[in-house]
Amino acid sequence: MLALTDFLMLGAILFSLSVAGIFLNRKNVIILLMCIELMLLAVNINFIAFSHFHGDLVGQVFVFFILTVAAAEAAIGLAILVVLFRNRRTINVEDLDTLKG
Amino acid sequence: MQFEMPSLIPVLPELFLLTMTCVVLVVDLFLKEEQRIVSYGIAQASLLLAIAVVYLTGSREAEVLFYGSIVRDPMGDVLKMAIYLIGAGAFLYSKDYLLDRNLFKGEFYVLGLFAVLGMTVMVSANSFLTVYLGLELLALSLYALVAFDRDSKIGSEAAMKYFVLGALASGMLLYGISMIYGATGSVEFQPVAGAVAQTGKDNMVLIFGLVFVVIGLAFKFGAVPLHMWVPDVYHGAPTAVTLFIGSTPKIAAFALAMRLLVDGLEPLHADWQGMLVILAVLSMAIGNVIAIAQTNIKRMLAYSTISHVGFILLGILAGTSKGYTSAMFYSIVYALMALGGFGIVMLASRRGFEAENLEDYKGLHDRSPWFAAMMLLLMFSMAGVPPTVGFFAKMFVLEAVISIDMTWLALVGVFFSIIGVYYYLRIVKLMYFDKPTDETPLTAGLDTRIALTVNGLLMLVLGMFPATILSVCARAIGSS
Repeated sequence: MLALTDFLMLGAILFSLSVAGIFLNRKNVIILLMCIELMLLAVNINFIAFSHFHGDLVGQVFVFFILTVAAAEAAIGLAILVVLFRNRRTINVEDLDTLKG
Repeated sequence: MQFEMPSLIPVLPELFLLTMTCVVLVVDLFLKEEQRIVSYGIAQASLLLAIAVVYLTGSREAEVLFYGSIVRDPMGDVLKMAIYLIGAGAFLYSKDYLLDRNLFKGEFYVLGLFAVLGMTVMVSANSFLTVYLGLELLALSLYALVAFDRDSKIGSEAAMKYFVLGALASGMLLYGISMIYGATGSVEFQPVAGAVAQTGKDNMVLIFGLVFVVIGLAFKFGAVPLHMWVPDVYHGAPTAVTLFIGSTPKIAAFALAMRLLVDGLEPLHADWQGMLVILAVLSMAIGNVIAIAQTNIKRMLAYSTISHVGFILLGILAGTSKGYTSAMFYSIVYALMALGGFGIVMLASRRGFEAENLEDYKGLHDRSPWFAAMMLLLMFSMAGVPPTVGFFAKMFVLEAVISIDMTWLALVGVFFSIIGVYYYLRIVKLMYFDKPTDETPLTAGLDTRIALTVNGLLMLVLGMFPATILSVCARAIGSS
């Protein structure tokens, strides 16, 4: 039988992987979008695990909302990506350096 | 099984705004290019009517609705009215700018209204779920608005950076919320606060969650060290959008902090106070110092925002009702100042010319003495020169910090705002003591002129009677 900590470890590993992916990736903006999705899914695992072990449904309801918002977020992200590619002819992260924050 | 229809009156402002946004969306489809002004008119009318709706349905005490997801309280009412009013001001200033650049589209108003709706949902949230939904509605609309000028290279780059970092921050916030849910077994603020008070502060999961929530919050505020997006987005976005992002979302961010940290995690005050101290000191230091090196006025105002955020955080971290009142006062006043400041930037721009560099403000006094005077008042107010209202905003925050025996923090605040005075006064110097490089007179519609005049003079009038807004804020905080 899997314990709560096992699920939390899985969530934490996936979350760290996605954060590392966002910061280490220097090639492709699409990979950034994938990392963002992975991050939200890691959070979902956390919510479902807690929901199951607390015997409380709110966590699962929360997951449905996150899934919906993630879909909207992906749509906006890809739309911005299309605009970006049309203007610059590249989606290489390293080329996005006109603005220096 | 009984089904009880909940009363919809307390959420009437949000429902009204949502309906009107959809009306703009549909009506705009049937308009010809030269009738676009109708969408603008509906958007403005709905924002102004929404203020009336909030006022008429307002309640004297906090009321929790919809099984604990929504709260209607006087603090929320005041913040909502401020958001609607300043949002309407942002639409008004942007009109001429958008017309000149062929950006006068219905989508601008639809996205703007959705962003305003997201902010008000956030303001009236009483559970982590509602907070998250409001925040995402705001953020998704803003990402799209930043890329609004579709052919702008820097606009799309800024939008991409904003999107990636914003989504990262939402992920952090959500991860924190999931931890808090795990530790307390609820997502509504009152049960969470109750459970936190019971389980005590040694719960590792809870502290872990708190850290992630504060990181997400700091990003949304634009506090150092999570401020990287602010200058890029302010610079890359069309000035009309920069104006919008720079003003009302700061009020919403204040509301977000109040809801998450004070309503939800008040028992952990000692823990988040320490984190906010670090964020506030770093924001005031980095914001004020780096702003000096900027030659682009939008970037300069971005760093100035970062330093003002430090001050808002100072008020919140005090943790007393005096501190919350001063932070609320500061955020509303700051939104007004940013509105006016970017309003002048748009006034100085014209078709085919963006007044983005500080040099473009040389000799503004010779070109338009009246608006140079308005800019002077706005800059004095941002710098905190008495008798403008910015001085009192800073003073109330510092008073609140001193009253919790953190005098050193107040001294740090004073020190960095003195450094900050330099770059605000540099603009005043450019406007009044340098010769203009181009003599084109400023042109703007009558509505923009009147609004900018009111906005500039408000700095002075509110500075003479700061008690007007302050007492409203104090009453709102006191009764919620």
